[in-house]
Amino acid sequence: MDAVFKALADPTRRRLLDRLFAGNGQTLGALCAEARMSRQAVAKHLALLEAANLVATQRRGREKLHFLNPVPINEIAERWIGKYERHRVRALADLKKNLEGKSDG
Amino acid sequence: MAEKFVYVTYIRTTPEKLWSALTEPKFTRSYWCETWHDTDWKPGSSWKLMIPDGRVGDAGEVLEIDRPRRLVLKWRNEFLPDMREEGYSRCTFDIEQANGAVKLTVTHEIDKPRSKFLQSVSAGWPAILASLKSLLETGDALEQTKHWPKGM
Repeated sequence: MDAVFKALADPTRRRLLDRLFAGNGQTLGALCAEARMSRQAVAKHLALLEAANLVATQRRGREKLHFLNPVPINEIAERWIGKYERHRVRALADLKKNLEGKSDG
Repeated sequence: MAEKFVYVTYIRTTPEKLWSALTEPKFTRSYWCETWHDTDWKPGSSWKLMIPDGRVGDAGEVLEIDRPRRLVLKWRNEFLPDMREEGYSRCTFDIEQANGAVKLTVTHEIDKPRSKFLQSVSAGWPAILASLKSLLETGDALEQTKHWPKGM
């Protein structure tokens, strides 16, 4: 769980997860195209996300595809959101989203 | 372009126990929204995921089975017409030993861009896999996936 929080603590890595959320199964090259940083830097961030199990990879020929893996985030949420509170929390999150017009960045 | 989701979870268990939890009704009913598999688990056999009220939720075929390492299912939604008409998807379960834990990879794919069916199952998998992990590690599934959603 430490690895997940550490991985999520960085805005660049959160942005990479956003990119995968928008388009799952991307190559390093595709993720670099918009990242405005070196290929090595992106590769390092992706390795950290993979170590935290937030990104899963699969090979396709010579390419490596990156997939957003939200399972650890679900595990974290379940740890502190009790069985009776879930609907209330979701309702509040929806309310916040509606009032603010967008989700957290 | 095909659509594909990949989910990974590491579970402190054995491949055999994980296999049982994935395939046997007494386990799936407790963490997978009370559903259960209706199949004889032979390659080429028909496969159904049954909803507790008796409806067929999803159906297809056992494409590949190698206990306790790999299971591939041909998978189509059966109870929601707009999802059913998207046709068959493919769901692969891969189980590997990984540093004292077992790594479960679930790959769900369909040859249909912007598939509503895949969007919908992919919203469900993280919760079901987290619940499966909880069941195997603590003996109790997560509340979120213990029951079939009301009105669905």
